[in-house]
Amino acid sequence: MTTLTTLAYLVASVLFILALRGLSHPETSRRGNLYGMIGMAIAIVATLLRPGMDLGGIALIIAGLVIGGGIGAYVAGRIQMTALPQLVAAFHSLVGMAAVFVAAAAFYSPESFGIGVRGDIKGASLVEMSLGLAIGAITFSGSVIAFLKLDGRMSGAPILFKGQHMLNAGLGVLLLVLVIAFVATGSDFLFWMIALLSFALGFLLITPIGGADMPVVVSMLNSYSGWAAAGIGFTIGNLLLIVTGALVGASGAILSYIMCKGMNRSIINVLLGGFGADAGGAAAAGGAAADRAPVKAGSPEDAAYIMKNAQKIIVVPGYGMAVAQAQQVVREMADLLKKEGADVSYAIHPVAGRMPGHMNVLLAEANVPYDEVHELEEINPEFADADVAYVIGANDVTNPAAKTDKSSAIYGMPILDVERAKTVFFVKRGMASGYAGVENELFFRPNTMMLFGDAKKVTQEIVQALQR
Amino acid sequence: MNPNVIAVEAQALADRAQALALHARAMADTVAPVAAAAEPFLLLLTIFLLACFVGYHVVWSVTPALHSPLMGVTNAISSVIVVGAILAAGLAESGVARFFGFLGVMLASVNIFGGFLVTRRMLAMFQGKKKG
Repeated sequence: MTTLTTLAYLVASVLFILALRGLSHPETSRRGNLYGMIGMAIAIVATLLRPGMDLGGIALIIAGLVIGGGIGAYVAGRIQMTALPQLVAAFHSLVGMAAVFVAAAAFYSPESFGIGVRGDIKGASLVEMSLGLAIGAITFSGSVIAFLKLDGRMSGAPILFKGQHMLNAGLGVLLLVLVIAFVATGSDFLFWMIALLSFALGFLLITPIGGADMPVVVSMLNSYSGWAAAGIGFTIGNLLLIVTGALVGASGAILSYIMCKGMNRSIINVLLGGFGADAGGAAAAGGAAADRAPVKAGSPEDAAYIMKNAQKIIVVPGYGMAVAQAQQVVREMADLLKKEGADVSYAIHPVAGRMPGHMNVLLAEANVPYDEVHELEEINPEFADADVAYVIGANDVTNPAAKTDKSSAIYGMPILDVERAKTVFFVKRGMASGYAGVENELFFRPNTMMLFGDAKKVTQEIVQALQR
Repeated sequence: MNPNVIAVEAQALADRAQALALHARAMADTVAPVAAAAEPFLLLLTIFLLACFVGYHVVWSVTPALHSPLMGVTNAISSVIVVGAILAAGLAESGVARFFGFLGVMLASVNIFGGFLVTRRMLAMFQGKKKG
């Protein structure tokens, strides 16, 4: 590697760090993104200028950049913000697959990366190569499953079968054995066997995980894509790949941690999957318990009347709002209420939506000012003086059982204290339990009014009633 | 003491010293390539670990509201793997390796452009939307 290239890679690394740094505040974030783009451009140009590149190769590279870049730009420009989680999952799968291809290229042409000659690659490089290959392949197939689940092309329900964890553990051990054999022999066959087995493992690891655990899965795959890049960086001895891979890996790991903490579950518990699958039946059966107070259902007109007279209103959006595409009409409702003199803010639970920060993006898209949108710790004390909590498309994250009922599946999960508001409106299609399969006792409280119906339709009717 | 005996003993001692020295030399020779191979790896590992720490601190300072754009950016920059793919496509002797390199460049480019552009779209929504 020439000194100049190394220097360019160093500059790119620093620009990538600044790109992440910029995200500490919405005002500086766009500049951060620009730094990232410049860093990437520097990295690509510096690599293209390496001595030894022939014209045919450069043509091939530019063709790849143009085709891939065209597809990427097209998709990024057209994607709906509600579909963001599946887009990100799809993108992760591409990084994983690219890692597999680069590992394969390094395996078939080790001379180009100075790690030995074909058929006689250094042992250490083979270890690093198999790591990059395995993580890349797991990232690929895992992300494909995550994509299919998030996009609704595959059931979001956890898919479990007997002996699943034993099978996964067995395959994990087999993978380790294959890696050792591969390092010892450097055989072509074993290289592809590692790839195949890792594809299978990624597939099996993600299928048992249910829809609402997807924020953790997406974060984790984000982390994996970073580790895959770092693994390839070690293989080909490239500093930029190692630094960037570490940044991305750390970022994804932190997001996974935050998401797990938001659900009070360990990452192991999430990965074992099947959450809420068996509790669902029991809760549905117990749903009609006779000793419950009757549920109070109201009309959008009632809700509009109460909100018109409210001083402080907190909106609690969840994934249901995104599904119903109700964010725009929620903002319209908030605008009308603000005109009536009410103070409107939004409370976002860490695991609301299908990826970290998903709700914030959807609200921002609907032109909700970001300083009206608050995180859990910030807003929780404010529910006590709120006149109205408007829960739209959220359920488990408001369930007070998480604080009181030790036997509950969600016990210990931090929740939004909507129960403290004078009146709680629950916009919901029916009485079904949330993802955790736990019934929400809030539905039966005297200060709760259920607004049954589609989130968008109900909110629209409230808007109409407010305009009257 | 007989000078002859001393001379013989001294000779024996000298021989043993020489044997030991040779032995040490042989051992050093076997270790040297391992150490030489380990050194660049340790350097890379050092950089990797330090970068993990930098990532850890920088990412904790990201505001939770921007966690989705954070994923967009990290996704885009993780496609820096394109560097490896470019080297393969442009330098490799074998056609197979070049082809893999080309595929790698193509997939990573989808991410580079897609990742940065979708992040830009997201961030534009947050921009300049303060209250009032």
